[in-house]
Amino acid sequence: MARQGEVIRNIDWQIVIIYVFLVFAGWLNIYSAVFDENAASIFDVGQKYGKQLIWIGAAFLLAIGILILDSRFYFTFAYGFYFFVIVSLVGVYLFAPEIKGARSWFEVGPLRVQPSEFAKLATSVVVARFMGRYDFKIQRLSDMVKLLGLLAIPGILIVLQGDAGSALVFSSFFLVFYREGMPFSIILLGVYAILIFALSIIWGGLTLSIVAIVLSYIAFVVYGLQKSHRFSVVKMLLVPLAFIVPTAAYMFFKLNINVLLVFVIGFSILLVPVAVYTYKKRVPALLIIFGIAVGSVFISQSVEYVFNNILEAHQRTRINVFFGLESDPQGSEFNVIQSKIAIGSGDLTGKGFLNGTQTKNDFVPEQSTDFIFCTIGEEWGFLGSIIIIGLFVYLILRIMSSAEQQRTAFSRIYGYCVASILFFHVLINIGMTIGLMPVIGIPLPFFSYGGSSLWGFTLLLFIFVKLDANRTELIQ
Amino acid sequence: MDLGNRRILLSAIVIGVAVLYISRLFYIQVIDDSYKLNALNNSRRFEVHHPARGLIYDRNGKLIVANEAAYDLMVVTGQIKDLDTAELLSIINVSKESFITELKKAQKNRYRPYPIIKQISAETYARLQEKLFDFPGFYVQTRTVRNYPYRCGALVLGYISEVNNSDIKENSYYEQGDYIGKIGIEKSYESYLRGVKGGNYYQVDVKGRVKGSLEDGKYDKPVVLGKNITTTLDIDLQLYGEKLMQNKKGSIVAIDPQSGEILAIVSSPTFDPNSMVGRLVSENYNRLVRDPLKPLYNRPIQGVYPPGSTFKTVNALIGLQEGVVTQNTMYGCQAGYYSGGLHVGCHNHYSPINLIESIKMSCNAYYCNEFRAIIDAPKYGSAREGFLTWQSYIKSFGLGKPLGIDLPSEKSGNIPRAESYDKTYGKNRWNSLTIVSLAIGQGEITETPLQMANIAATIANKGYYYTPHLVKEIDDTVFDKSFIQRHEVPIAKKNFEIVTEGMYQVLHGGPGATAWWLAVKGLDICGKTGTAQNPHGEDHSIFMAFAPRENPKIAIAICVENGGYGATLAAPMATLMIEKYLTDTITNAWREQQVLEKAITYKN
Repeated sequence: MARQGEVIRNIDWQIVIIYVFLVFAGWLNIYSAVFDENAASIFDVGQKYGKQLIWIGAAFLLAIGILILDSRFYFTFAYGFYFFVIVSLVGVYLFAPEIKGARSWFEVGPLRVQPSEFAKLATSVVVARFMGRYDFKIQRLSDMVKLLGLLAIPGILIVLQGDAGSALVFSSFFLVFYREGMPFSIILLGVYAILIFALSIIWGGLTLSIVAIVLSYIAFVVYGLQKSHRFSVVKMLLVPLAFIVPTAAYMFFKLNINVLLVFVIGFSILLVPVAVYTYKKRVPALLIIFGIAVGSVFISQSVEYVFNNILEAHQRTRINVFFGLESDPQGSEFNVIQSKIAIGSGDLTGKGFLNGTQTKNDFVPEQSTDFIFCTIGEEWGFLGSIIIIGLFVYLILRIMSSAEQQRTAFSRIYGYCVASILFFHVLINIGMTIGLMPVIGIPLPFFSYGGSSLWGFTLLLFIFVKLDANRTELIQ
Repeated sequence: MDLGNRRILLSAIVIGVAVLYISRLFYIQVIDDSYKLNALNNSRRFEVHHPARGLIYDRNGKLIVANEAAYDLMVVTGQIKDLDTAELLSIINVSKESFITELKKAQKNRYRPYPIIKQISAETYARLQEKLFDFPGFYVQTRTVRNYPYRCGALVLGYISEVNNSDIKENSYYEQGDYIGKIGIEKSYESYLRGVKGGNYYQVDVKGRVKGSLEDGKYDKPVVLGKNITTTLDIDLQLYGEKLMQNKKGSIVAIDPQSGEILAIVSSPTFDPNSMVGRLVSENYNRLVRDPLKPLYNRPIQGVYPPGSTFKTVNALIGLQEGVVTQNTMYGCQAGYYSGGLHVGCHNHYSPINLIESIKMSCNAYYCNEFRAIIDAPKYGSAREGFLTWQSYIKSFGLGKPLGIDLPSEKSGNIPRAESYDKTYGKNRWNSLTIVSLAIGQGEITETPLQMANIAATIANKGYYYTPHLVKEIDDTVFDKSFIQRHEVPIAKKNFEIVTEGMYQVLHGGPGATAWWLAVKGLDICGKTGTAQNPHGEDHSIFMAFAPRENPKIAIAICVENGGYGATLAAPMATLMIEKYLTDTITNAWREQQVLEKAITYKN
């Protein structure tokens, strides 16, 4: 009993209070979003808000259960839990009915369970366990490959279900990897890749490839002009010929070949001198410049291919709309326009509870789920919005700082997983309602309507609360 | 490597994103107001109630512009479900292409009602109504359109049509789809006739479904009905005038001189005002615009013609008033006027003649002499001064500026100006002979038929006129005082009596008078013929008159383009109009027949 009492004293009550506040604020906003005068009781279980109250009750029970369970349970059963979730993801893909174009839900009587909401949790536990091993080294290729495999399995399964948004959440684990020692340059490379991706869509793959080659060449010239290298002018001028000659031939003979071939020929010609130089001088700089050039061309060309051949029309439109290349105010842009109108009309203090004209009258689709932030913005105004954002930021920062104080790698890594996942959700969800992020359908943690999402986040958070409460005892 | 420090960068990213989002929220919520406006437009609908437009009556209380119900087929494209286009088209009888183009326009805003087919007929509406439930998203909106039971007076009554962009820009009262008076009384009295639209505010949801009234109707606006107008027109006279004018281009203006009230104002060719109502409006309108005879040109107030010999009455009055001539002043005429190299022709009549005979026989030579005597009168010192005195008289008759009738786009006509003579001939290089054609109403002087009729009214009144106007009364409104203000002409009454005698002689002076065969027994018509020379073809036939001589009830001016001598066409028409108005019968059916059958071919 003494131990139990200690656990209760050690619980981070700030986190718990913020959690309870967010959950109830979410509930009130769902009530307002789907408010129906004919069923005005907030406890009406026929309505979403009544149901959400049940989900909240269940979530509290789950939270209490987690606090009671032994904290070593999660470490021990990490792989078992992960395996179970993977099996349900496969099952849901194979057997579940299609709802809104995705096979993501199991129906158990009146309940709909979405395994992908629990996949984040299972992956976090397993990642923490895997990375927490003494012999794990993030710089070791084989470890990194295994780690990425742990993310890729659920990620791919969720994509197959048709819920690409939830799959994207798994990219948030890279923040955890960074914290655990992954070189910063890999994050930079990631940002670079996203930039190339975006610019390829805006400018087109070919333009971007040419820009990347020109930039790389400038880097090469700058490198070559340094005193220690002093490449001759002839050498420097020879480099562009590798591309110019095949281009000229291609244009002169009016060859009916893919432009890509010009790049392939050019890079192949250059590969030999670069390899020889690198081998002789044992300096990787030239190879890196070369690699980035090849990588950029590869990414931009494949983006174009994926964009035109793999994405579906509505996804293409969504991306184009986000980059401002297309306008579709009645279609895919509709949500964002209406969402911005709802939030923008909130002014400083909002229109007040239940007084939102936009949200109450169904202007914003997915109002109670993905676009719940509109209700906050419209009815509680700028002040309400910053309170919610502030609470999320405080929660995330607090989780990160208390993760640092954990004595086990497992607890620390798990804490970072929780913080990163919450951050990613808030970043994308709020970002899309104010038009700063493309529309990716993922819920706002603790707020959005839905049992699976609420339970998933509750478990995610409270496992950390429990680990944190027990941190003095968990010594490995 | 102390990886603990990496938390700092991660925290910085989190805080950075939060700051970015909060600034963005601050911008869209607090600074940028456009979202608030959009939210209002989004979430509330103002359901407009259009008041019935005021009715228009003639002076005898006959309803001349009425309202009737019209039905617009409306669509909310967001509510369309399983539309069977072929089925719908078979009921409403519209071409598929035009339906599809309109539907595309409607789809621009999926949740706003759009009038996809305007003014469907009552039968179509009846047939459609039975099946309307098969076409979710479609409904019929009732409104009123104009109806002109007498099918006449198109240009004076005017018509209404949908507002265009410039109407909306000019007056924020109007919104797309509203109707506005385009010409005629409908335009000049628009603000009285239209009333004030009102309506209710509703909260609507994204699909345009009404969710209830907005703040219990706090912002709802009451409808103010359009005001009925009683015009000064005598619709039977108007109709008769249009009938007489058929197959001819020209104008008739009839005024009650005692009040300035316009009894009839005919512009020919004309068109059925009902053609400006209904689905064929734009076709009909385009046809009128393309018509070489210009039926949309409101000749009585926009057409300008040299007054010809009718103007001799004015010159006679000025000469008498200035003491240059008396009623006994005699001038000779040898089939015309000769001076220097100039010759103004005249017809054969005895010579010499006095002033009354000069009007009766319309002698050109008399007025060349008389006009020159005015301009060259020694008391002015110079021809320029004499001219300016003369000019001030003709201005007092309302020439050279719009009279101010309550119709849009009235022209001013032209009066000669000393400055332009200075420019053409050089200062002091012109004299009475240079401008002598003004003596007989030719040259630089032009008048609208309205101004001619106003001169007739002024002579009838022996020295004053009221601004000619079309509206007698507007329900519950005291309006324009300017119509009851007398405009005095600075010429003595006795001089008007002399000229009136001359005009009486025109019809009653026996053979030799220009229209002696046109007198109507018992009506005492006083008139003056005019034959306006026209460089483009046959002369314009002009006649101005009033009747009866004592206590005149009607003053009239008629101008028939290319109608020949004043006495050929305009004068008989005038007598018919006067007889019709004063006695409501036509004694001389033969004369009426002649006028009706006369058709003039216009080459273009």
